[in-house]
Amino acid sequence: MAELLFWPALFAYGEAAVAYWGEARRPGLAGHLATWGVRIGWLVQTALLAVQAARSDGFPWTTWAGSLNLFVWLVVGAYLIWGCQARFRMLGLAVLPLAAVLLALAHAGGGTATHDNGGYSTAFLVLHVGFVLIAFAGFTVAAGLSLLYLWQERRLKRREATILRVRVPGLARLDELAARTIALAVPALSLGIAVGIARLRDRGGGIDALMIVTLLTWVVYGVYLALRYGVGIRGRRAAYLVLAGFVLVAIARLALPMTHFS
Amino acid sequence: MSRVVLVGVSHHRAPVELRERAALDLTESAKLARTLAGESGEAVCLSTCNRTELYLADDDAEEAERRGEAALVTLEEELRPALYRLQDEAAALHLFRVAAGLDSMVPGEGEILGQVRSAYEVGATGPILDRLFRQALHAGRKARTETAIGESPASISSAAAALAEQVFGGLRGRRILVVGAGKVGDLAARNLLTRGAEIAWIANRTADRADRLARDLGGEAMALERVGEQLAAVDVLVSSTSAPGWILERADVEHALRARRGKPLLLIDLAVPRDLDPSIHELDGCYLYDIDDLQAVVAETLAGRRREAERAEAIVAGEAERFREWQASLDVVPAIASLRARAEEIRRAELERAKLTVSERRAAESVTTAVLNKLLHLPTIRMKQAAAAADGVIYADAVRHLFGLEDER
Repeated sequence: MAELLFWPALFAYGEAAVAYWGEARRPGLAGHLATWGVRIGWLVQTALLAVQAARSDGFPWTTWAGSLNLFVWLVVGAYLIWGCQARFRMLGLAVLPLAAVLLALAHAGGGTATHDNGGYSTAFLVLHVGFVLIAFAGFTVAAGLSLLYLWQERRLKRREATILRVRVPGLARLDELAARTIALAVPALSLGIAVGIARLRDRGGGIDALMIVTLLTWVVYGVYLALRYGVGIRGRRAAYLVLAGFVLVAIARLALPMTHFS
Repeated sequence: MSRVVLVGVSHHRAPVELRERAALDLTESAKLARTLAGESGEAVCLSTCNRTELYLADDDAEEAERRGEAALVTLEEELRPALYRLQDEAAALHLFRVAAGLDSMVPGEGEILGQVRSAYEVGATGPILDRLFRQALHAGRKARTETAIGESPASISSAAAALAEQVFGGLRGRRILVVGAGKVGDLAARNLLTRGAEIAWIANRTADRADRLARDLGGEAMALERVGEQLAAVDVLVSSTSAPGWILERADVEHALRARRGKPLLLIDLAVPRDLDPSIHELDGCYLYDIDDLQAVVAETLAGRRREAERAEAIVAGEAERFREWQASLDVVPAIASLRARAEEIRRAELERAKLTVSERRAAESVTTAVLNKLLHLPTIRMKQAAAAADGVIYADAVRHLFGLEDER
């Protein structure tokens, strides 16, 4: 059943990614197709997660593939908050190809299989993994917003005559949304890390590469928030800082199988 | 059957010197429509800066055309060679194209739909023109919602406002500094105002002109020399003076940007020679557009409108076809009505003759009505379809003959 749901979800995200590319070239029908692709894909993925959860008697994040699957679901869910608005459609060009690729990776890395991982208690998983994944999903959406910011900024700087053909949110709005998303994601990451540290102290164990990368991510986004709301850094430099943080998020997501699930 | 007739003059064949003599305001349009409609006809006068058109519905199309021509020629004799005349489907298609902005100088311009609505509201309409204009308004709205024909700006001032939205998103609460109180700056400022921005300052070399514009648009008047000082407190600067040199140099803007703490600044230079040092655009967070940049944007958006116009043409053609089918169906409506009336008469007569209790009569009423409706449904649909395919009159005659309805014509 889960396998049956996986492919439609991947197909819908893939269709949306291609349609967003078409929307960038010629706005109109492609944008609607993309939006519907995202909605349908997300609903199918929701069903897939529910089936996996029922099958493994708990959330399906005890495997790297399951965790990645959940991460993609959170990213697309966060994107859907704004993505349905016509002006934010181009954000999909940054988010949906990534979602499709990550979902495909999840399939390659174990697909819909689940197994019991006795090393993790359910409460720990809910708090630690849940908060960290929510934060990472927020950082991913913020990175998409920052990419869109840089693209739009470049078009404005180059004074492209086609600037009004593809409407995207204003620079100031993109900058503000990225900052707000990070302002919500950092506390979630802080909570996730705090739970992780508490468990580490309780059960003992060493610090691994993933923990270091996650802590670095927290530092980068913490610095971003301090600079954004303290010093007032905005615009291109802020967008680059968000993307630097996202590189760490990507490393953390890819480093996961080498440490936690090895 | 009532025919639709259009007689008009437009920017395609008549220069503005001729068109202005045939222009009518709404009161005059209403009066002329009533005169042309007379006792039993229908008429609507559509007068905009690009056209004056008379739409008439009458059984005698030639007579209606003569009346329309005479009315326009009375306004201006020289209009006669520039007049065009269209009937029925062609007239409907023309009106739908007008309502969609496809017949305008700037494709997709937004004002025309409101003008069509106003003309319809003051016109002397009956069933034909009522349907025609309602469908025209629908076609106009549909063309705008299903294509991007009306989305892109078609003038320098609206392009400047659209650019400001690309930088700031919504313009509500964004502060504008207008430098130069001439017509160009005035237009750009008004466009920004309509999108929610607020005019903070108006700077001009002569104080009284700045004061006058400030009273009109809001904001405060100030001296031209103080522009650099206020730059940090505004989001958009629109400059259009006739000064021979730079009003703002790179150093002025650099200083203001530091105070803005990374918030973007949009500068629109509509002056020739230019008012703003072009190297300002190189500064981080600062976007400077001059008249050539905006003209390139407008040219591109107009090309985009023309591309969208092709899609809008297909929409209005579909609506015109629907109107043609509806108009043709009017040929068979009397025959359908007679057929139904005859059937109903027979049904009632037969029920009267039957000796039934109250409850039996109620049941029989229900059953016979249902039988009648089901029996006549398909012939009704077929006759309407035949009417749309121009066989309607033959079918209508056949029905009248077969059911003995000739006397009811």
